Order: sequence, then structure tokens, then C-alpha cells
Amino acid sequence: MYVAVKGGERAIDNAHAWLAEERRGDQAVPELGVAQIRAQLALAVNRVMAEGSLYDPDLAALAIKQARGDLIEAIFLIRAYRTTLPRLGESRPVDTGAMACDRRISATFKDAPGGQVLGPTFDYTHRLLDFELAAEGAAPRARTAPATSEPMPRITDFLNRDGLIQPETVSDAAPPDLTREPLEFPANRALRLQALARGDEGFLLGMAYSTQRGYGRNHPFVGELRVGRVKVEMDIPELGLACEIGEIELTECETVNQFNGSKTEPPQFTRGYGLSFGHTERKAISMALVDRALRWEELGEEDTGAAAQDAEFVLYHADNIQASGFLEHIKLPHYVDFQSELELVRRIRAEAEAHADTEAAR
Amino acid sequence: MTQSDQYNFAYLDEQTKRMIRRALLKALAVPGYQVPFASREMPMPYGWGTGGVQVSAAVLTPEDRLKVIDQGADDTTNAVSIRKFFEKTARVETTGHTVEATVIQTRHRIPEEPLGEGQILVYQVPIPEPLRFLEPRETETRKMHALEEYGLMHVKLYEDIARHGEIATAYAYPVKVEGRYVMDPSPIPKFDNPKMEMAAIQLFGAGREQRIYAVPPYSRVESLDFEDHPFCASKADHPCALCGALDSYLDEVIMDDDGGRMFVCSDTDYCAARQAAGHLGAMAASDGQEERR
Repeated sequence: MYVAVKGGERAIDNAHAWLAEERRGDQAVPELGVAQIRAQLALAVNRVMAEGSLYDPDLAALAIKQARGDLIEAIFLIRAYRTTLPRLGESRPVDTGAMACDRRISATFKDAPGGQVLGPTFDYTHRLLDFELAAEGAAPRARTAPATSEPMPRITDFLNRDGLIQPETVSDAAPPDLTREPLEFPANRALRLQALARGDEGFLLGMAYSTQRGYGRNHPFVGELRVGRVKVEMDIPELGLACEIGEIELTECETVNQFNGSKTEPPQFTRGYGLSFGHTERKAISMALVDRALRWEELGEEDTGAAAQDAEFVLYHADNIQASGFLEHIKLPHYVDFQSELELVRRIRAEAEAHADTEAAR
Repeated sequence: MTQSDQYNFAYLDEQTKRMIRRALLKALAVPGYQVPFASREMPMPYGWGTGGVQVSAAVLTPEDRLKVIDQGADDTTNAVSIRKFFEKTARVETTGHTVEATVIQTRHRIPEEPLGEGQILVYQVPIPEPLRFLEPRETETRKMHALEEYGLMHVKLYEDIARHGEIATAYAYPVKVEGRYVMDPSPIPKFDNPKMEMAAIQLFGAGREQRIYAVPPYSRVESLDFEDHPFCASKADHPCALCGALDSYLDEVIMDDDGGRMFVCSDTDYCAARQAAGHLGAMAASDGQEERR
């Protein structure tokens, strides 16, 4: 009994060996390749990159394989790996206005320059299990339209032109970085957005949903949702110019929200903003709604006490690596603290019983 | 290339270690004050000792001898895991003997053997804020510390006495360091609190909560209490079944379905050393010794 409690090295080694065997599963079934995961489970790869804060589809696919498909575990692997990477420099801000869009929709205007582009979306599929997929046949190729160079201006810029939407303040200040500095409050919008961008999709979805149901309601419309590739450029001091170092896929969502105006501002529309790695639109839309809810103070709105309006609440609990680690740590032995509680409860109970006995004897 | 060659000494890069060391120096200069630091994601989960691991990584030198304990024991699974991590990434010597260690990382216990100058005790801390369960907001609790406004804590302790006849906190019992900051000693049993006035350096790391704090050697560490309800360090009222110690903290072990139980030292090194020196408890001669092998 005693040895069983104090586990030891061999138990850990054996557990790891068993885990490796379970990961591989039935040997009669071909092994899953990292390239297959990258290509065919791309949305899982995207989520791992977004919440892992590291844009590398191959590593994300490897992490998913290693984690047996547990995405939070995969995100954890990526985050831990990220810690060991040196910071070589900072890119220039990416220009999502110049995005090569695979998808671009607006819910606020029927049509706009650049048009509505559905792209590869689940949106209008009927959620019927497709048993043909189980047969593993070759998929028919979709027809492709020729690429156009037609610009896709932002929808919110049209509103901006008429002064109907609150302009965003332009700033060249270096944004705070919560992966290098401890999170402290009050957190400015750039810091909040950074925290939301790597926050748990499920948590943000729940928070965003709560605002729609009235806990900090802010009447959002999807002004624009775009998914596509943007160039990443970096200033190279030795060359004295910015060089393109690569391309990444992003999802950007701008919501247009009602704002009743305040003492100093006339009624106008305001924005919520979401941006995340890969094709991750549920995440980007949720992020935009939560971002907007957190802006109540700067917009002079009322604090209704809603959870989504509370920056400390949202930012301290959005990170699934922090949350799952702390939640699961209660699996670790706690018998020392439990022992002290046990003695305390026994002592207090004994005192209470003794007290009851003397009362009864009276 | 082996896996350990791919990482810097003790896993963290030198810039990160420097950042942590600066936080440690500040923490030592302001005993009991929680210094925010940019905690990194470690290859073990938050809540499993990432704060302690980062502090250990920042203070370890190749000449150090490391001991890792969890619940007082060197062979509990997470202690084994953390010790292996440093064996792999720092290749430092490790030991189970308290007296031989220069750095001891601990979770939930202070070793029974008094620590001396030249030793560092690194605590893993889950919730560094002693006021957290009275006030959930960090912005508020920081203000309370700044203003030395600890009334809420005293009210809580008083309410305990009113309700239970004593202070109903058995572990993570709050202390005041050098008469200034109220500090969470991490979830050690209150039995260990008096040991915190020691010759060794005590460093506390909370990774998820991004805080580091410290108690310099020979600092005054008072457990909060009232004049008419003085602090009392309690433990199970038994001798250790294996080594007969009367002065050590005991774990209760259930032995059978009929409620049979034994009490043994939670500090495995202390217990083994006593047994080696010929101190034997009631169950040592029979199954106790066998079980421990």
C-alpha cells in the first residue's frame, strides 16, 4: 500500500510506453502521417497555430499527432516549444486590406466593391453525414475561377467615410507583449486583443454568446469577415528596407455595433475586432464580440456587471493552457494538505460533540 | 545530437533567466512582496510546478546538487518528473538527502531537517495571493497590499474563531514577513510555518499567476493570530510507525478495508535517516521496512 501511493520512476516510464502504444493504435491500420494531418485536418491545425501563438502548420500537425488529437494538449506542446525559440525581430504590421481573400463576406451590405466571396465554407452545407467519405474515394476537384486583382476595400471604410463609425486611433507605438511581460491591469486594447487572439476558442465563444443573450449586449453585425493570405514584411536594418519574409493565412472579423452616443459623442457605430491565424472564423467572430464588450469603459458605456465586460475576468481565464494545467493539477497528490484538513475537521467535530454532550448532561 | 543538447542549460535561455533573476533580487529586497514576472510556458503544465521550475532553472549552476520533493517525498510522481527534467536539461547532480542538497524544490512541505546557509528552498506556488479568496480581483488585492490594508484577513480569521472555536485554516496558513507584507507560504501544512524562520534562502515561484516572492535568511515570519488565540502548529498526534519520530509531520495511510491505518513521516529522507540510525517505530520491524524497499 505504501509503495503504491509513492508512485516512482518505473510507473512513469511504463505509463509513457503505454501512451506511445495507444497513440499508434491498431498496427493493422496504416499510420497517420504529419502531412496528412496538415492537409486533411487543416482546421485543427489552424486552431493549434492560433492558440499556440506559433504559425507553423507542420509543427502544429506534428503536435496533433503526438497529442492523439487532443487539441488543447497539442496547443500546449506548441506553446512549450515556442518558449525555446529566440525572438529575432518584429515584423511590420500586416496589411489585411491587401489580403488575397479566399473568403470575404459582409452581413451589413448586400454587395460591395470586391463582392461577396463565400469560399470554402460549411455555412450552407446540410449537416448530413456523407457516407461516401467513408469509402475514401478521390474527391472531385472544384472549379476554380481565375484570380482577380480587384481590390477588396474594407466595408467599415465606407461607413468611416461618412463619419458613421467611430474611427480607430492610429498608433505606431509598440504594442505590449504578454508573452514577454506579465499581464497587468488596466490592460489596453492592444494587450486585450493579444490575449483574446491566443485565448481558448470555446471560452471566447461562450463569452461572446453571453453578450448576445443580454449579458453586456452590444448589437453586433458582421461588418466583414475575410479569410486569406497576407504578406509578412520585416525591416532589415542592414539593407535599410523592408523585405517580404513569407505569407500567412489569417481570419479577420470586424463587427459593426450600435452605440447610442454619450455626453461627448453623437450616436454612431463602433467596432469589435477579431484576428487569428489560419481559417478560424468562429474564433475571430467571438473575439470581435468580446473585444467590443470589453470596450465599454473607453466608450463611456455602462458597466452592467456582465462577465464579458470584465477584463480581469476574461483575460485571466481565457487561456486554456493556464486553465487546463491548473484544473488538472488537482490530480497530483495533495495528501499533506488533505491530512491537515482531516485533522482540523476531526478536532472541530470532537470539540462540537464534547460541547453537545455537556449541554445534554445539563 | 541528444535531446539535452538542443536546449540551453536548465532549459531556459539566458535572457529569460536574467529576467527571472532580476525578479528574484527584487523579491529578496522586498521580503514577502509579490513581484510580477513574465512567466514562460514550460514543458510541464501550469499548476504542476512551472513557477518553481523556472526559479530553480534561474538559480541552478552546474555545481549545484538538486533535491526535489512533493508532499515531503522524493519519490512521488511529480517530484520524479521534475527531477528528471533537470537531470536531462541541466545535468546537475541530484540527491534525496536534505543535508547534501544546495537547491531543494518543494511542493507542500518544508523538510524536517533544519536547512542551513548556502541552501536554497524553492517553493511551487499555486495561488500566490493570500487575499485571493477574500477578494478575487488582482487590481484590488495589489492595492490592499500597497496600503497594508489587511483588515479583511483578520476579520476572516476572527469569523473562523467565532464559528469553529479556532482558525479553520490547516494549510497555506497566512504569514506576515518582516512585519510588513502578508504572504501565502504556499500550501504547506501550518505545522511547517514556524520553520520558515531559517538560515536558508526561500524563493517562491507561481508560474501561471506570474509572481515571484521571497523570504531572505533569518527573516521574521509570523503566522497571523490573535493574542487570545495564539497560532498553534499542529500535526497528527502519533509517532511515526516506521521511525518512531514524534516531531515530524505525518501522512495517514489507510491499510485495509476495516479502517486500519498507520501514520508515517511525510519527509521520506528524514524517516529513512532515522531508521538507518536505529530509530524504529511500532511497525518498522514487521512490514514497514519491507514495504519501503
